[in-house]
Parts: sequence; C-alpha cells; structure tokens
Amino acid sequence: MITNWCKLERIDENRLLLPQTGGMRVPGIIYANEKIHQLLQGDESTKQVANVAHLPGIVNYSLAMPDVHWGYGFPIGGVAAFDLEEGIVSPGGVGYDINCGCRLLATNLTLADIGDRLGNLTTALYQQIPSGVGSTGAVKLSGKDQKKVLEDGARWAVKAGFGTMADLETTEDGGAMEGADPEQVSARALERGKQQLGTLGSGNHFLEIEVVEEIFDETAARVFGLTKGQINIMIHSGSRGLGYQICDDYLALMVKHSQKTGIELPDRQLACSYIDSPRGRNYLAAMACGANYAWANRQVLMHQTQQVLEESLHLSPRELGLRLVYDVCHNIAKIETFNIQGKMKKLCVHRKGATRAFPAGHDDVPTQYRSVGQPVLIPGDMGSGSFVLVGQEKAMQETFGSACHGAGRLMSRTQATKVSQGRSIARELADQGILVMAASKGTLREEMPEAYKNVNDVVQVMHEAGIATKVAKLKTLACIKG
Amino acid sequence: MGQIGSIQLCDSRAKEIKKRLAERCTTKHLMKKYKLLDHTADVRVEVWGKTRKELFANAVAAMFDVMIDIADDEKTKSAEVKTVKIAGNDLEDTLINFLREALYLFNGQGWQVRCCEPLEITGRSIIARLQGEPYNRQKNPLKAEIKAVTYHGLNIKKSKNGWQAKVVFDV
Repeated sequence: MITNWCKLERIDENRLLLPQTGGMRVPGIIYANEKIHQLLQGDESTKQVANVAHLPGIVNYSLAMPDVHWGYGFPIGGVAAFDLEEGIVSPGGVGYDINCGCRLLATNLTLADIGDRLGNLTTALYQQIPSGVGSTGAVKLSGKDQKKVLEDGARWAVKAGFGTMADLETTEDGGAMEGADPEQVSARALERGKQQLGTLGSGNHFLEIEVVEEIFDETAARVFGLTKGQINIMIHSGSRGLGYQICDDYLALMVKHSQKTGIELPDRQLACSYIDSPRGRNYLAAMACGANYAWANRQVLMHQTQQVLEESLHLSPRELGLRLVYDVCHNIAKIETFNIQGKMKKLCVHRKGATRAFPAGHDDVPTQYRSVGQPVLIPGDMGSGSFVLVGQEKAMQETFGSACHGAGRLMSRTQATKVSQGRSIARELADQGILVMAASKGTLREEMPEAYKNVNDVVQVMHEAGIATKVAKLKTLACIKG
Repeated sequence: MGQIGSIQLCDSRAKEIKKRLAERCTTKHLMKKYKLLDHTADVRVEVWGKTRKELFANAVAAMFDVMIDIADDEKTKSAEVKTVKIAGNDLEDTLINFLREALYLFNGQGWQVRCCEPLEITGRSIIARLQGEPYNRQKNPLKAEIKAVTYHGLNIKKSKNGWQAKVVFDV
C-alpha cells in the first residue's frame, strides 16, 4: 500500500508535518503524539491528507485530528478550509452521514438514584427508541412537514412538541443551519427521510447512560452543569438515509461534471465543485437540509429518552431535571470567519469526523457558556466512555476552530469481526460493568473496544496541544446500539 | 443518473422473461462469481464475468448477497420486473451508478433485486432488466446494511478470461 507515512516530520510533541510535494497546494499537519504516529503506519489516511491538499483554494494546511483514520476520499478526522472565491466544496469532505453528531443530556440523578433499576431502564430505552438497520420512527412526516424539518431543523421539532426552546440555545447553530433549500434535495432523499425521524440508526450510532467519573476543569464543569457522580445520557446519531442520499446524489453529479470543472482529482471520491458555482451552492443548500434533519432527529430522540426516563424511573420532569448540555455536529461544511495572516476571512471549513471547538468569547458559543468556551463532545468506544472538552483560542489559530470527534477506528469492521470470533463482546463488557443491548451481534463485534484507538490518548493530544482541553470524563454504564 | 420505469409486457413475453430470469437466479450460481477481499475498507468485493454484461449482473448479485441472507432452497416467485437505464463517464463510473440504482431500489423502495439481466451495454451506459420483489425481512434476514457504493479503489480490468471489477461498499 502506498502511504506518505515515511515523509512525516515531527513539528513538536503533538504535531506532525506532511511536507508539500507534487501537486499539493499546501502542506499537511496531523495532530499526533508518538504513540498515535506509530498507529498511522500502514493506514491510508496520511495519503488522504496529502490528496486533500491538492484541492483548489485550500487555505494554510490540510489538517488531521489525532483520531484520523482511513475514510472515503477525505480521511475521517480531517479538517480543511477553502477560500470562498477560489475554493471548492466536496460532499466527500463532509461525509455520507451529514451532521452526524453528539448530544449530551445531563440529569439531576446520581448512580444511587438508579441503583438496581439500570437493567430495566436500559431495556425500556432499547425497546422504545427505534434503532438498527431499517428501523422506522414514531414520527411520520407529511411532505409539508418534511419541508419544514429540512428548513428549521430542531426548531421544527421544538415547535412540534419535542423539547423546549432552551434546548435550541445549547445546540450548535441553534439546531437550524441557514441557507437550507429543500428544492435542492432529490425526491429519493426525501423519500428515504420520511420514515426515519426519531431513529438512532445502526453501526457506530448509540445511546448511552453514562456517569461523570472525573472532573478535570472545575470551572468549566460548573458552567456546563456537570458534577462528579451525575448520570448523563449521550446520543450519537445523524441524518440517516436522507443525508446519505444527499451526499450520494451530489457526489454522482460532481463526478459526472468533473471534466468540465477541470479540477484534477487524485481520487474520484474527492469530487467537488467550486463554492462560487451553482452546483456548489446547491450542494451547500441541500447539505444544510441534511444537517437540519439530523438536528431534528436528535431533538426527537432526546424527547423520547426523556419520556422513557420519566416513566421507567417514576419521576416528574422536575425530579429528573433532564437538560441539554450541548449538541454538536462532526460531519459538516460551514462558512466561518478566521484570521488569515492578519485579515478576517470567511472560509468554507470542512469537518469530516471533527468537532467544532470555539473558544471563550466567541459569538457562536451559547451565552451561558461564553465565559469558558464551547463544549466539545468526544464519545469513545463502548468500553472507555466519553470526554467533554472545551474549545480553546489555539483552535482558532491552528485548526479552524476544530478538534477530534472520537477515538477513531483502528481496525476495519471486517478485521474486528474476524478478531472477535468465538468471543462474546456483550459478556466481556458486562464483566467491566457495562450493559450493552444491540439489535445485531455483528454490530457489537464491529464496534468492540479493541477496534478503536484509545480515546484517552486521542484526547490527551488535543489537551496538550491546547486545542480543546479536558473538562470531564464520563464512564459508560449502559449502551444501546443498532 | 438513470431512470426507472416498470415495463408493461404482453403475457407470453412476460412469462418467457420470467422463466429465463428464474433459471439464472439461483443463489449458488451467483455466489461463485465474487469474493470478499481483505482490505482496510469496510467491504471490498472482487467480481468476475466472462462479458461486461455478466460482470455487471454479478456485481449486483454480489451486493445483494453481502446484504441479505438468502435462504438456500428458496425459489424466487418474483413477479415484478423493472428496466433501468444508466449512464456514466466511463465503464467504471457506469458500474458505480448502476449499483447505486440497485441499492436505491433496496434502501429507498424496499425492493429486493433477485436477478439482473443486462440487455445492452456500452463503455458509458447500460440498459438492464431487474427482477425482484418487495423485501421480506422475515424470510431473508439482513446480514449487513450497505449504505453506499463508493469510488474508492475502484477498477475494472479485462483479461483473457474475461472481466474483473473491484468495488468498495460503505457499510
């Protein structure tokens, strides 16, 4: 396998430089300590970082976060910003699952409040929250409603009775991305979206009951409302079939017209259009629809979770005290402003498996968090739990306001399935005190903890590099998967 | 992107086509025409065919075989026939668009393709007749969800024995 791994040069303890060679327009930078550096050997992601650097209008660097791993076209964990006039937008730089993201819910409960009811609660969540391949949701959308979902995202969901206005304040972009135009979404994508609102999906998507195990930053934790021993819920889901279809439709379209645009591509999967072109604008308008669908989806999922928690634990809404800490997306392209060589410039930032990580004082950070910065939610594998980080100023200087998004795969799904032959992943996790319910045993094998990098190592790189710093660590108690 | 249209056939013609398709549609026959490759990608298949038509038909069969656990002894009684016409920039692109179309029929319309008979093929287009039925999950459990057909590592080669293609599916 051809990789550019041997070309990597160490900049400092947490960064590697991929020098500009051949058709690369800018160099690459990968956030990795020595441990992660070694894991990159043999992975195609280094080459993909170089491929992205070939694209027109790329600014400063082709970046990769420490959870970087092989993806289609762009690496997962990749961040790239493009000039609005000369640059491109690429569906492959966003990913198939548009606005795949995480939503963290805090409660008033502690471990003692749940006690021996964890099993029942998990069963209830598993039974009542649709998950798995081909699952359909409780919300059936009429054509008119669906248009509103695509335009208004989580705002639509709140108006329809799923949650409260306060939820929107702590959702990235207020749960609705601007510029969404349902006219740019194909009939096929709309069809696929009709029945899937309020479904978790399959693969790495999940709903977890977690407990705050450790606090690293008392001030930020207090501002985010996180306390040691507190029971929280983490939801990881996206735009389901609708987002996939939007990505695939525009990918096909951009490949079809690739010769006309004259952009030389090292890989067809990088197919793109100029941002300042009808096709580029149409994709962004369709992508925003996908993003809004995902925010509405996670809003509905939160509402369903609240109902199950209240019923199952016989608690009033006040006693349960469920509230949204934050909802952040990690597959997106956004127009944001950054200081480029002394000038404030609007850029189109692609985050594919990367989380926005804006610092204290930034206008886009919710008012109540603005003194400390934006919460950055990092789910780990099933065994390791999750982290809450907070965005730092250095992210604005170095990574276009971005941080990692998870542990990052180490093994392919096929490899993981092979390695786990003859083992019961559910039993192994149960031995660690983690209850898992999944629609498919295959999913558990593919998602087993060993298939991922150690999330502690990944987060440590971000923390030490000063991009996003640790606030709290959450331990998984129970996990439901598709 | 291609167009889909169910075709209307006169009775005798329809019977003949169904019979011919049914003969080709045994799972075992199809299973020998592809293999899963060990790759860092999620699912990569290598597909063969004596002709381009056979290659395309086997690629569709491989995709459905990766997704669905088709009961060995099950005989298809599929009554529905759809004709699809797909174009691409080149043969490889055409294959991806063709597989995309078949995948949409499944993911978007819940329609399981049981058999594929390419009628006409060029380096940039294909017309094929697909035989299938509404997917019955109880009868034929889902093994894996293919979410997309990708361009990653895509290649089609012609050798003296016929044609070979490698395709990566996102699962």
